[in-house]
Amino acid sequence: MIKYTLQRILYMFLVFMIITFMSFILIRMLPLPMLPPEDPHNIQVLRRREALGYNEPYLVQFWLFLKNIVTKWDWGLSETRLAYGQDVWQIFVGKLPATMIVNLYSIIWSIPVGVALGVIAALKKNTWVDYFLSTATMVVISVPSFVYAFLVQYIFCFKLHWFPFLMKGGTDYFSWDMFVSVIPPVLSLSFGVIAGFCRTTRAELTEVLTSEFMLLARTKGLTKAQATVRHALRNCFVVIVPGIFGEFIGILGGSLIIEGIFAVPGVGRLTLDAITALDYNIFMLSTCFYTAIGLAASLVVDISYGFIDPRIRMGSKK
Amino acid sequence: MTDNNDVTYEKIPAEKFAFVQENERLHDKELQTKARSFFADAMLRFRKNKSSVIASYILIFLILYAIFAPMISQYDIKDTDPRYVNYPPFSPAFANAGFLNGARKMDSQNDKAMDIWNGLGVETGMNPVIRTLDTHTTQVKQRGKLVTRTTYDIEVNMYYALGIIYYNFNYEQYEALQKWQNESGIQVIYPYVDAEKTNNSDNPNIWFELDRSGNAKKDKNGDFIPAYSTDAANAGAPYNSIRVKGDDGSLVYSKAKSGSVQCRICYYNYYIYLNGHEPSYLMGTNVMGMDLFCAIGVGARFSLIFAIIVSAINMTIGAIYGSIQGYYGGAIDMTLDRITDVLSGVPFVVVTTLFQLHLSRRVGVVPSFLFAFVLTGWIGMAALTRKQFYRFKSQEFVMAARTLGASDRRLMFKHIFPNAIGTIITSCALIIPGVINSETSMTYLGIVNLSSFAGTTIGTLLSQGNAAATTAPHAMLWPSVFLGLLMICFNLFGNGLRDAFNPTTRGVDD
Repeated sequence: MIKYTLQRILYMFLVFMIITFMSFILIRMLPLPMLPPEDPHNIQVLRRREALGYNEPYLVQFWLFLKNIVTKWDWGLSETRLAYGQDVWQIFVGKLPATMIVNLYSIIWSIPVGVALGVIAALKKNTWVDYFLSTATMVVISVPSFVYAFLVQYIFCFKLHWFPFLMKGGTDYFSWDMFVSVIPPVLSLSFGVIAGFCRTTRAELTEVLTSEFMLLARTKGLTKAQATVRHALRNCFVVIVPGIFGEFIGILGGSLIIEGIFAVPGVGRLTLDAITALDYNIFMLSTCFYTAIGLAASLVVDISYGFIDPRIRMGSKK
Repeated sequence: MTDNNDVTYEKIPAEKFAFVQENERLHDKELQTKARSFFADAMLRFRKNKSSVIASYILIFLILYAIFAPMISQYDIKDTDPRYVNYPPFSPAFANAGFLNGARKMDSQNDKAMDIWNGLGVETGMNPVIRTLDTHTTQVKQRGKLVTRTTYDIEVNMYYALGIIYYNFNYEQYEALQKWQNESGIQVIYPYVDAEKTNNSDNPNIWFELDRSGNAKKDKNGDFIPAYSTDAANAGAPYNSIRVKGDDGSLVYSKAKSGSVQCRICYYNYYIYLNGHEPSYLMGTNVMGMDLFCAIGVGARFSLIFAIIVSAINMTIGAIYGSIQGYYGGAIDMTLDRITDVLSGVPFVVVTTLFQLHLSRRVGVVPSFLFAFVLTGWIGMAALTRKQFYRFKSQEFVMAARTLGASDRRLMFKHIFPNAIGTIITSCALIIPGVINSETSMTYLGIVNLSSFAGTTIGTLLSQGNAAATTAPHAMLWPSVFLGLLMICFNLFGNGLRDAFNPTTRGVDD
């Protein structure tokens, strides 16, 4: 198992390096942005460009880029009006808490709700409860997130005045005002998570409930509740728990759209701003970040499958 | 299965049992029914699924809307009116009905504002006030005295409420407008107002006399007292057209500006003069002044065509790639799998952005957007095909064909692939909504701007609507409704199709 895990990690790292290399070269091939005239930081930026080997071949540039990251954790300076002359990593880290807080709140309440709804739907299979939940799940999963972000903003913020329109600024992430102001983005993010977990749980549980060991458990004399909790739920968590782990890695990522609508000062918005302003260094960092998160999530899901269910571990590629 | 546990099978009376056959033999009977083809069988199953059938009807309606709405609409996507911006839905036929009347709620209108609204109705004959929703009275202390102030929450017809504006014409335009007025009998130009009588107000909608404090003066009957100008010395050009009631020919209809004349025109009627018809926006207008009814259709056309093209390309690439992977297996499979691993690791936003930055100048915005979709979009299809190939390649019919000397290509595409085609085609119906979703997100975020190519897209409409979501919710609502319905119906339709073609996978993840 440890060998398998290490193999997976190494492989993911390799994939990550390849993607970084490709994006790096594609970004460096773009024409450089114009420096703002007569800005005191210009000399610094030009010197850094010289040091980073902007006139050298791409392979040398990539080597210097990696060396700076490994030795000094230096991701470069912002080269546009966005945050001219500032260290990219500093800006980026400053944006992380807002994203994380929104995603964390959304996951904390929506995973239990989603799983619970899924269990209810599976137990009441082919009743109106199941039909209602399945239909609602289908609708929520189909409709893009900005549609219900708009509904949440219009109904709760504008018509009912329950919450502020945009997320509160500042860094007091655990104050009451902040909590109230993150509710709309949290709600908008939660719909998708709830629906996703509801659907997975229902599908898994209905399959487990009709399997033969459930019949055996009932024959043994367990009540329906006992059999469901001890045998069915455990088996369906084999699929759900890795999903939860994956979701937790995803809290770093955030949603570009939701962050844009509710003015969440997070990494998603930073990425979007960097794209519009053509700030290549921030964009490079965002690219690495999102790639790493995506790979890490799939890695965690893969490995946790093996930890939870020995059958899968045995069948893994050696 | 579990539901049957409570049923007892003891004590079933004997007469309930009957012999299936007593004197005849069961086997060797000719099949009486007609053989059904695979496709007919699938259609039969599909028709049993009520929600999918309904979804497919709605889907057909939405597609017909996308095709025909821009044709039916009086407007083109380029017909934007600079004044009717973010205006609510309106149709002249429903101007007095409870809906489509261009209504917007106006809070806390005081007496002065109410005078302007009512005055507008008196002068142009188009009363903007639809109804009064609420009246508030408050006592305010003013110069030591208690004064009662009344404010009203009203609903106004925004198209009528735009009312009268100042507009500069050159002499020819002024002549032409007068001529049109005489022909059509619709009055556009209204008399100029004497600034002294209206407290030098610059609001063109005030045509009645005001007192010092800005309240309208009323005569004995409670009517407004006109403040029209009779200053013929400053008149811009002679006026020989429709005159307002009570005008003996002395009123002045324009004011001289250098090289042109300035008039008070009723914009609603001026719009008829310009366009030949009354404004009629069934879904209102957005922030660009586009007719949403037309714009949604135009955007949806692009989305649908784009999604179908992308799906077709991805399906082809994915099917070929997956066939090779699945058929050869082993080292080739491993190598190709590593390539998909790398490609699927790249975030879609990054792919789209890089393609836009690199290629949009050279090959255009739409092709570079298409490439971004094609780069990673086929992976799911390849995995699906690969799985199907693994399922079929070791079966006897393949072995038989190989023994007869069929080449690899023939085995792949003549023998194995046709078996997998049902799965592949049905999954295409689920790829299309995914493509539409990503496309809408990217245009919504503004990473890709397709406005110059496609006129507009649903994503662009949504982001424009979102900017004014509080004042003009309809501009966000209609594109949202359209997109939501489209996605739901596509998914329902796709699920139904998949269940119909692969009855074994039914309910696995619906």
